Amino acid sequence: MLKRVKFAFFLDLKSAYKTLLRNKIRSLLTILGIIIGVGSVIATVSIGQGASEAIQSTINSMGSNMLIILPGSSSLGGVHTGFGILPTLTLDDAYAIRKLPAVKTDSGNLGMAQQVIWRGNNWSTLIMGASSTFPEIRDWPVAKGTFFDHQQVVSAANVAVIGNTAATELFGLINPIGHIILIHNVPFTVIGILSVKGFNAFGQDQDDTVVIPITTMLEKIAGTTWVHAIAVSAKSKEDTVIAQSEITALLRQRHHIPLHKPNDFFVRNLTEIAQAANSSANTFTILLASIAAVSLLVGGIGIMNIMLVSVTERTKEIGIRLAVGAKKKDILKQFLIESSVLSLFGGILGIAAGIGISNSISAFSPLKTIVTTEPIIISLVFSLCVGIFFGFYPAFKASRMNPVEALRYE
Amino acid sequence: MNTDRDIRISAPLIRLENIGMIYKIGDISYEALKGINLIVENGEFVSVMGASGSGKSTLMNILGCLDRPTAGKYFLEGRDVSNLTSDELAEIRNKKIGFVFQGFNLIQRLSIVENVGLPLYYSGMHSKEATEMAMDALKLVDLADTENKFPNQISGGEQQRVAIARAVVNNAPIIMADEPTGNLDSVRGADVMRFFKKINEERGATIILVSHDKNIANYGKRLITVKDGAIISSTVIETKNVV
Ligand SMILES: Nc1ncnc2c1ncn2[C@@H]1O[C@H](COP(=O)(O)OP(=O)(O)OP(=O)(O)O)[C@@H](O)[C@H]1O
Ligand SMILES: [Mg+2]
Repeated sequence: MLKRVKFAFFLDLKSAYKTLLRNKIRSLLTILGIIIGVGSVIATVSIGQGASEAIQSTINSMGSNMLIILPGSSSLGGVHTGFGILPTLTLDDAYAIRKLPAVKTDSGNLGMAQQVIWRGNNWSTLIMGASSTFPEIRDWPVAKGTFFDHQQVVSAANVAVIGNTAATELFGLINPIGHIILIHNVPFTVIGILSVKGFNAFGQDQDDTVVIPITTMLEKIAGTTWVHAIAVSAKSKEDTVIAQSEITALLRQRHHIPLHKPNDFFVRNLTEIAQAANSSANTFTILLASIAAVSLLVGGIGIMNIMLVSVTERTKEIGIRLAVGAKKKDILKQFLIESSVLSLFGGILGIAAGIGISNSISAFSPLKTIVTTEPIIISLVFSLCVGIFFGFYPAFKASRMNPVEALRYE
Repeated sequence: MNTDRDIRISAPLIRLENIGMIYKIGDISYEALKGINLIVENGEFVSVMGASGSGKSTLMNILGCLDRPTAGKYFLEGRDVSNLTSDELAEIRNKKIGFVFQGFNLIQRLSIVENVGLPLYYSGMHSKEATEMAMDALKLVDLADTENKFPNQISGGEQQRVAIARAVVNNAPIIMADEPTGNLDSVRGADVMRFFKKINEERGATIILVSHDKNIANYGKRLITVKDGAIISSTVIETKNVV
């Protein structure tokens, strides 16, 4: 019995393959639907996976267990109406937060775009005022030189640590450490270069920046005591929630907010936000992939159509096979194998197309794509199922033929 | 007229009882066979003659288990096969009957050796064994060198002989041949007939053959004449008639 299965299967496979090659153009047109379907499933899923990965790496690049406190009122329908518009957060708030039990470190932040000048070169970049804890909170160590220490923050020293892109733009191949740059006409000594961080999920070059002490920023550049944001690193993942309520309570107290009044700040748990973004990216991927899957079904109908034609064309062959002793199931199997080979072939070409599309998206657009084995296997199984499902009716029709009538068919 | 000449204890190979066949085309029905009674013993060589349209092929299709009669009973080796399912009939065709069709009926997309081996494939034989047996059958009809060609690459007469090789490949006890020499010249025709005679005598295969040609029919041992869907005579062929 096993022998029979093995051999008949081999023969059918060979015959299916030959039939496919016999009508190359027709076969190709038939499986075009499958190719497009599988190709777009693979491509969309790879974009989705790439997005998830980008979000994940953004989470990591933000530093672990990070909370961010922004000024503003949640009474405005919960919508934050613009960074730094409402002056409510101060550097002292940041220092107070640092003392909370669930908080590891904090960094008051103020960022603004400014021209930076070194000798004849000038470059417009993001100037960030930060605390000495910046490398730790952002998980972003210096590559060369040193970061400024707490003492330099307290004394509002004119020191700067520059990102890789800003360094290249201003200094080219020259080592910037020890050189004096001008920001807003204030001279700063470059003491370090940050390690390369790359682009974030929003396509921003994170290395295009200059970091100076927050105090220097407030006093000498911005001329204000208000900070744009306070970044906080909680002690652990679990502590982020505790830290969130501790910070809220502390700031309400420091800002003298009566019980019935809303907060004049937001505490955002960035990990949670990123996770939410991640899951909505996943939902989007699933949605796109299911739309693409519909074209697989359309491809299946194409296969059914061509199999019906093939069965009719080969009526005489079916008659001969029946006459020499083929049973219904032999004929059924033969045509099912043929439609499966057809759709599986479409699936394979579709996967190749999908990988190609995904790679060119990676190469020619800022979107990152990742092809994993999972959608490939699912696509293969799915296209096989499409072949069997849509090939069944034509194969069934073939197997029900009367041998004499089939033999008379011309 | 009636062919059951004698009564036996053991069942004859083939016994037809009042077989009728009515073809329906829309509202019109055509009675192609009318009350056929026939007994064929094991090892017989029966020739069937009759005018075109007299019902010879129809009769052969029923005898070959390709079609079911619309009336009467067909006993093959004592077993009533007139009401078997299509798969049961396929099994009988595969094991017991080798059929040479009026047309060549070769599958174009299969090679010669694959065509010949087809009945073996459906009997579940292993590839290598089937190919060997198919080659042996091809040698019998003197066409071993065409094994890897395709039907459209050989002549009509060669195709006919390939069809004969396919009919004998499974060593079927019954060979049905509908005009097997229709596409052959008289020399090749005589070759084929000697071949049938040989497998009749050496293998003891029962042969039922349809021919228009009296000379061909005379290779048989018994001649059945069909007219308007009925058997009108059954006579023993004298050996001296053989050319
Ligand atoms: N499938 C069919 N449907 C309708 N009529 C049929 C069918 N098959 C055969 N017939 C009719 O039955 C009659 C007998 O046909 P059959 O093929 O048996 O003749 P035959 O004796 O083999 O003729 P020939 O010598 O030309 O091959 C013919 O009149 C034919 O038209
Ligand atoms: Mg005929």
